[in-house]
Amino acid sequence: MAGIPHDHYEPKPGFQTWLHNRLPIVAIAYGTLMIPTPKNLNWMWIWGIVLAFCLGLQIITGIVLAMHYTPHVDFAFASVEHIMRDVNGGYMLRYIHANGASLFFFAVYLHIFRGLYYGSYKAPREVTWIIGMLIYVAMMATGFMGYVLPWGQMSFWGATVITGLFGAIPGVGPVLQEWLLGGPAVSNATLNRFFSLHYLLPFVIAALVALHIWAFHNTGNNNPTGVEVRRTSKEEAAKDTVPFWPYYVIKDLFALAVVLVIFFAVVSFMPNFLGHPDNYIEANALSTPAHIVPEWYFLPFYAILRAFTADVWVVQLVHFVTFGIVDAKFFGVVAMFGAIAVMALVPWLDTSSVRSGKYRPKFKAWFWLLAIDFVVLMWVGAMPTDGIYPYISLIASTYWFSYFLIILPLLGVLEKPLPQPATIEEDFKSHYAEPAE
Amino acid sequence: MFRKIAISAVSALGLMTGAVLAAEGGGHVEDVPFSFEGPFGTYDEHQLQRGLQVYTEVCAACHGLKFVPIRALSDEGGPHLPADQVRAYAKAFTVTDKETGEDREGLPTDNFPANTGAGAPDLSLMAKARAGFHGPYGLGINQLLHGIGGPEYIDSILRGYTGETKEEAGSTFYENHTFSTGWIKMPPPLSDGLVTFADGAPNDVKHMSEDVAAFLMWTAEPKLNDRKDVGFKAVLFLIVLSSLLYLTNKRLWASIKGKKVH
Repeated sequence: MAGIPHDHYEPKPGFQTWLHNRLPIVAIAYGTLMIPTPKNLNWMWIWGIVLAFCLGLQIITGIVLAMHYTPHVDFAFASVEHIMRDVNGGYMLRYIHANGASLFFFAVYLHIFRGLYYGSYKAPREVTWIIGMLIYVAMMATGFMGYVLPWGQMSFWGATVITGLFGAIPGVGPVLQEWLLGGPAVSNATLNRFFSLHYLLPFVIAALVALHIWAFHNTGNNNPTGVEVRRTSKEEAAKDTVPFWPYYVIKDLFALAVVLVIFFAVVSFMPNFLGHPDNYIEANALSTPAHIVPEWYFLPFYAILRAFTADVWVVQLVHFVTFGIVDAKFFGVVAMFGAIAVMALVPWLDTSSVRSGKYRPKFKAWFWLLAIDFVVLMWVGAMPTDGIYPYISLIASTYWFSYFLIILPLLGVLEKPLPQPATIEEDFKSHYAEPAE
Repeated sequence: MFRKIAISAVSALGLMTGAVLAAEGGGHVEDVPFSFEGPFGTYDEHQLQRGLQVYTEVCAACHGLKFVPIRALSDEGGPHLPADQVRAYAKAFTVTDKETGEDREGLPTDNFPANTGAGAPDLSLMAKARAGFHGPYGLGINQLLHGIGGPEYIDSILRGYTGETKEEAGSTFYENHTFSTGWIKMPPPLSDGLVTFADGAPNDVKHMSEDVAAFLMWTAEPKLNDRKDVGFKAVLFLIVLSSLLYLTNKRLWASIKGKKVH
């Protein structure tokens, strides 16, 4: 493996060499586990492990849940109640799986915002970032389809609203929507394919995670200074790094245990706090809930979807210019997917030569405003669409796009960055005393 | 840096979660100090037994509990009735056997019957399908402090009648402060002294309503006691594990990292 110079696996004569010549699997495991990792990583670098844990947790609980679940409109809701009442430990499995999705997204948002602050997306880590964004999109698809499976009112109406987005695409929309649903409306065919895909996608995510890790193991981790590890020799690299095992494995496990204390407290003492009561009512195509609200982790993008209504001048302009092909509904859909797309393109939108936000005084302020903006979008996404809320949505959505499309490109030119440390070692020594041996 | 992100993250979580639940109109719902609230709260089996009696004598006339198996009545952490009483209780129902297609007496392995005759909703999950508390400003703080409020909502509905009625399209509606539209089709089901409890517990509307609300929380969440028990052990174990990992981590890094100087 290319990357930071370090010791490689040396198979001993006998079985180890025999296996190594046929399948160098031990060498790959050794290289992965012993990878030199910058020694100055802070506590925001723990979310990767939390995310890997979440994926494993969701797959394991999900496989067991699938043994007891029935993907049929007449039995799905009842089979979930069967899991809650009759399956040994079933109530715990289901609550862990449902809240596990929330932990998964909570961790992924912190992971993404850590990357945005420390410039983890910048060269040479663009591919890691892009793969990460693909994982995020796959997570959203999985989370959405998983929420449909219990076949409650929010499952049904959420599915109706979200698949309706595809129907808004001019021309192919209605055909595409019917193809996705397997019929003219959300039905048994929809539930069946969503179940199938909900089972499939986590394994796609697992493969993408392997690529994500492979990519950043090739470039090396970013770190809070954004300064690269020295690669001139093994000795110099060792001054900037520590091996992943045991130093970061133990640190990450500690962090994971603390996160799990909170997670299990939520699962055990308030398992329905993050859910919606309407989903304990069986799906009914004849009765629309008063408010259709997606899960909390979709709310920021749901807010952007709803922000661009027909009375916004940009929407009217686009409507006019495209001879009415792009209406407000389609504009909203484009804005929602565009909000994720601009984030995916950030490696090429950020023009600054300085990687870490730590040394970018102006950037810092705009970054924190973006973090607040994200929270505001999340809040306003669950509020009604009257009174002051549409204005808040519109302002917050505009800032989201401005940050990526205007502020980041300009800041690289306008901002005078602070001096950066020459090496990770120098920065580390300025913060920590020599260890007392 | 980390602290800042952590704080914003936690406040973010607080913000959005409850926001999701800010739906549903309806009037004021009074908080009831149920025995099963809080991390250590458990069901009071005597209250569940009284609630079962109210359900059987009053609610069951129009409502069903189709997801609840009758055998669960003998579960520990539930009404905990003796097995022979549960058998006798099941016998009162007539069930169409799935295999023979013939009517027979109910067995504990059957579920409570569904009851759709009067167009009343099934009550199996009612206590989790309604929120009593909302806000403020979609922040979810009230639900964090008081719980989601499903049982409180049921209690409020049962006690929220004003006595006013109106006729509309051939149906009678009863004014109810808690119901979302203000007018509900269900006539006031409870009146003082309607049910006589064997243990001599008070049988005014307030107490009967709380008892049946607690019973319906149990039908919706029968494993609540077990869940909290498992959770307590899990949290305790993880706290010990994190403490040990903290010490291991500190020791491990001692040779790399000295005291923080700046």
